[in-house]
Amino acid sequence: MTAYRNALLLAALLASSSLAPLAAEPLPIPNPAPAHPELRPVLEEFGGYEGLKLLMDDFMVILLDDPRLGPVFELSDQQRVKDMLAEQFCVILGGDCTYTGMDMVEAHAGLEVRHADFNALVENLQLAMDRRGISTRAQNKLLAKLAPMHREVINR
Amino acid sequence: MPHTHARKCAIAGLLSAALLAAPAVAQSVERTGGKLLLTGGVSQIEGAGGGGLTPWALIGGYGTRDQVGGNAFYTRVDVDDYALDAYGVMVGIHDRVEFSYARQVFDTREIGAALGLGRGFEFEQDIIGAKLRLVGDAVLEQDRWLPQIAIGLQHKRNRQGDIVRAVGAEDDSGTDFYLSATKIYLAQSLLLNGTLRYTEANQIGILGFGGDQGSGSFEFEGSAAYLLTRNLVLGAEFRSKPDQLGIADEDLWWDIFLAWAPNRHVSVTLAYVDLGNVVVADQNGAYLSVQVGF
Repeated sequence: MTAYRNALLLAALLASSSLAPLAAEPLPIPNPAPAHPELRPVLEEFGGYEGLKLLMDDFMVILLDDPRLGPVFELSDQQRVKDMLAEQFCVILGGDCTYTGMDMVEAHAGLEVRHADFNALVENLQLAMDRRGISTRAQNKLLAKLAPMHREVINR
Repeated sequence: MPHTHARKCAIAGLLSAALLAAPAVAQSVERTGGKLLLTGGVSQIEGAGGGGLTPWALIGGYGTRDQVGGNAFYTRVDVDDYALDAYGVMVGIHDRVEFSYARQVFDTREIGAALGLGRGFEFEQDIIGAKLRLVGDAVLEQDRWLPQIAIGLQHKRNRQGDIVRAVGAEDDSGTDFYLSATKIYLAQSLLLNGTLRYTEANQIGILGFGGDQGSGSFEFEGSAAYLLTRNLVLGAEFRSKPDQLGIADEDLWWDIFLAWAPNRHVSVTLAYVDLGNVVVADQNGAYLSVQVGF
C-alpha cells in the first residue's frame, strides 16, 4: 500500500514539477509581420511601400466612415495606425521595410474585438484595395497572410 | 470643440498602437451581419447552406460566433421537360448550427400526360435540414490545411406517396446524412468542397426513396469555385446519385454557376445545370436562385 501511495506521490510530484511550468508558460505570440519574399510581385501590384501608404489613406477614410469601426479609429492616433499598417503589410509582402509596431495581442489589448469586428475591418480593407485598383487575386494573397492573425486580434 | 479635440489627442497620444488604439469603445453590437459576403454560401436546392446542388460545411446566413443569421430563398430549375421550384427558409446560429426547411415542387409538364399522371402533374416534397459545424474555419484559418467540417441531415417527405410507390420506390420518406468539408484557399482565390452523403433518395426524393434495384448508398458531391471579386463567385459542382429504380436510369447532376451578392441582404445565383436522364430523356437547362436575408 505504501509503495503504491509513494508511487502516486512521485507521479503527482513529477506532474507538478514538469507539467505545471509547461502549462503556465504562455504561448509565444506569433510574429506580427512575417516576411514572405515570394509575395514581392504582389507588393509591386500594390505600388510598393509608397502604394501601401496611399492605400492606408483610403483605408482610414473608409474606416472612419464605417459606423461599426469609425468610433474606434476616431479615438486612435490615425497617422500612426496608417504608418504601422503600411510597414506591416510591406514586410509581409516581402518588401525592404521594417515593422516597428506592437505585436497583434498588445495592439488590440483593451479593445473588445469580436469576429464581426475583424471581418468588418477586412471588408473595409477590401473596399480600400478595390478603390486603389488592386486585383482580387492580389488582395486575396495578402488577406491569406493576415487572416491567421484573427487568433491574436479577436479577443472576445 | 477644442476641448474634445484635445482630449482625443491626449487619449490617442497615450496609446501607440500598431493597429487600433482606443479604450474599450462599444464596437459592433449587431446581433447579425458579421460575416464576409458569400461566406455563408447560398441556399442549395434542398435548403441547406451550400452551392446550388450540394451542401457545404459553411453555416448559412451572416451570423458570426456570437450572432445569428437567416434567410429565405426561391430557386427555379428549368430543364427540357420539367421545372423544379424550391423555396424555403434557413437560420444559422452562432456559426455553429443551421436549421432549414424547404419545399420542392417538380412539374412534369407534358411528360406527366405521357406517363398517365396527367399533364402538369406535380411531385412535391418537404425537407427539414440540420447541420452542425464540427471543426475548422473555412475562411480565417488560412495557415492550416484543415477545412471546415460539418455533419448534416435532410429529412424528406414526399407528398405523392402512392405515385412514387407505383413507380417502384420503397418509401415516401427518407433521411439523407452527410459530411461536408469546405475550405476557401484565399491565396489561390479558390473555394473547394467535398460532401459525402448517405441517401436512399431517387432523384433527391422527388421519386421517393429506395427501389427495386437498391435501398441506399454513399454518394459524393464536389464543388470548386473561383472568387472573381469579393462578391462574385464562379464555380462548378457535381453530385453523384443512386440508381435504384428499374423503370429509368438516374445519372449524376452537375452545374456551372455564378453567384453574386451585392450586399448582405441579397444573393443571386445563375447556373447551367445538367441533370442527366430523368425518367425519359437527358435534361439540361437553367437554374436561377434568389436569396434574401441577413
